[in-house]
Amino acid sequence: MKALLIRDIRLAVRAGGGFGLGLAFFLIVVVMVPFAVGANSELLSRIAPGVLWIGALLACLLSLDRLLALDFEDGTLDLLATAPLPVEAALSIKALAHWITTGLPLVFAAPVLGVLMNLPLQGYGWLVLSLLLGTPALSVIGTFGAALTVGIKRGGLLLSLLVLPLYVPTLIFGAEAARRGATGADVSTPLLLMAGISAATVALMPFASAAVLRVNLR
Amino acid sequence: MTLTVTDLTIARGGMPVLAGVSFTLMAGHALILRGPNGVGKTTLLRTIAGLQPALGGQVTGAEDQIAYAAHSDGLKAMLSVRENLIFWAEVFGQTDIAPALVAFDLCDLADRLAGTLSAGQKRRLGLARLLVTGRPIWVLDEPTVSLDVASVEMFGTAVRAHLKQGGMALIATHIDLGLLDAKVLDVSPFIARREVPLGSSDEAFL
Repeated sequence: MKALLIRDIRLAVRAGGGFGLGLAFFLIVVVMVPFAVGANSELLSRIAPGVLWIGALLACLLSLDRLLALDFEDGTLDLLATAPLPVEAALSIKALAHWITTGLPLVFAAPVLGVLMNLPLQGYGWLVLSLLLGTPALSVIGTFGAALTVGIKRGGLLLSLLVLPLYVPTLIFGAEAARRGATGADVSTPLLLMAGISAATVALMPFASAAVLRVNLR
Repeated sequence: MTLTVTDLTIARGGMPVLAGVSFTLMAGHALILRGPNGVGKTTLLRTIAGLQPALGGQVTGAEDQIAYAAHSDGLKAMLSVRENLIFWAEVFGQTDIAPALVAFDLCDLADRLAGTLSAGQKRRLGLARLLVTGRPIWVLDEPTVSLDVASVEMFGTAVRAHLKQGGMALIATHIDLGLLDAKVLDVSPFIARREVPLGSSDEAFL
């Protein structure tokens, strides 16, 4: 399992691995927003948590179709399926590697970009915490979507359509927690709900992902 | 240890392609599968490897014993030859990749990126992966594609060494591998009649 994790991270950071893809996309989206909505700092600080969350979510979505498609094309998935490692474990590890190479950099980049969005000072901690708790759910749900569309040529569109609705609960509670944090309101309810969603998806989704992947490998 | 296939019916896309395939493979023996293109050799091997369910019949003795190698080798272009092999060795709980490098003459290439290898060298690396799995049953689908004569000989030697250690090999191939005492099974007589009633379809979608 460690071997798979190390391999995935190593592949991501080598040339053509797409490590910077999500991060660059996140950066561009958030930098563009103040240009588009105008230099109204009050408006910007009001929409900051939502924009940062949407940016993180789309950046995560962007990297999903590489998650399993490359391993499918070169036959790695067939070979992994015949290896002693259960498919559930292999997919959990791949989701973890995806989170480390995509979700975690977003978490670290978010407070820096928060400055551009004039995020109120009290909101930074909650923004980072909400992203830290929410992005694992994005990675596991995304792995499920990738497993579902793995055999399909250019399944990126289908993948987005399937995964985005599943991302909605995480987005609602994550952005709500960040927004309440920024306005100084009580964040515990949305934060706990989102942590619950993350915990449940991390625990259950790998089984669903493995089931659909086995069907797709036939 | 024995691999037994009993009255196996296999399907591709829900349609039966081969029916009633039976054979027994004992430790230390090899079985060569022959048959024209599209007859279902790959599907048969994938079914035996457990990658897809059979429509009927049984495969016994295959559980967690099979090292499968198909047309694509599962190599990562951006990892070196050594890193690719170490990865697969660790996945299968092994550590030593040196014998595999030696057997397929990859020592000089060990630190090259797999993406920079020629097709034949990639194929040799894909076959070297079999040695690092430590699994006794090799299920090989056209293992000699893009290999030159010397490499085919190298592969034949590796298979004979594997058989001598009590391993088994099930190989679909069109060429002579120099495995003199290997049995040959022509799968053409097993072609399923299309009107064979379908069991449960293996297609979950469509």
